[in-house]
Amino acid sequence: MLNITSILFYAFSIVLLGAATMVVIARNPVYATLYLVLAFFSAAAIFLLLGAEFLGLILILVYVGAVMVLFLFVVMMLDINLARLKEGFLSYLPLGLAIAALGVLELAMVYWTAPMGHIPAPAPFPGNYDNTRALGYVLYTQYLYPFEIAAAILLVAIIAAIALTLRRRSGTKSQRTEEQLRVQAKDRVHLVDLRANKH
Amino acid sequence: MPTLSSYLILAALLFSIGVIGIFLNRKNVIILLMAIELMLLAVNINLVAFSYYLGNLAGQIFVFFILTVAAAEAAIGLAILVVYFRNRHSINVDDIDELRG
Repeated sequence: MLNITSILFYAFSIVLLGAATMVVIARNPVYATLYLVLAFFSAAAIFLLLGAEFLGLILILVYVGAVMVLFLFVVMMLDINLARLKEGFLSYLPLGLAIAALGVLELAMVYWTAPMGHIPAPAPFPGNYDNTRALGYVLYTQYLYPFEIAAAILLVAIIAAIALTLRRRSGTKSQRTEEQLRVQAKDRVHLVDLRANKH
Repeated sequence: MPTLSSYLILAALLFSIGVIGIFLNRKNVIILLMAIELMLLAVNINLVAFSYYLGNLAGQIFVFFILTVAAAEAAIGLAILVVYFRNRHSINVDDIDELRG
């Protein structure tokens, strides 16, 4: 019995897994970044299927709009030698596949034996249910301190990223604010007593 | 209807693709960061699925915080990458042996 939710779930899952596969095997990092954008869009659609509208839209706005653009900027800015980076690309494939298959097998065993797979789908949300409002009620009351810490983490990340990439090159002209503020009138205006000279 | 297990298996597959990506692209730091993003995305799908099926919003709050930390991590990781490339003109992981660790 296929209903619209199942069709959407399987469609978006296939797109998500295909895009993720292309991210890891793409030859060119620019293509990998674009496939990652596609993967995030599909994941946002799956979040929407799960009733997490706010997180789905945040994933598109913040991840696709900011983080992926940052990735694209860095990928296009760096002039990297792709041939050297692709050396021995496939030599670790068997090991990687084995470990990944082991991981999937273990997780699948847990899912099939644990009773959580048989949790019934919850009742549909009432018509006036607002995911953003419900999330806000919890976030700003019960999780207020973690929320503030998250803000502090973002501030630290901004300062760290700027401090890491800031460089002072010699020979560039820049404004020195502290010297401008410290200056006095007598440093600038110099009165010279010039006597009229008769020839 | 997709059940909780469907979402969990989807997340498990996505996580394994991320693991394979780390093995395949062990020389390219940019793709390594992208593989880490994929694995974090798989974890987020798990948390959102549990949040939906258990009727508890705490899972979505956790996804919110994971997204925050992942964005910070990506920004700092890319900043380190840019500084490294500026100094060595390479982003090959094999070249990162300055500390002789």
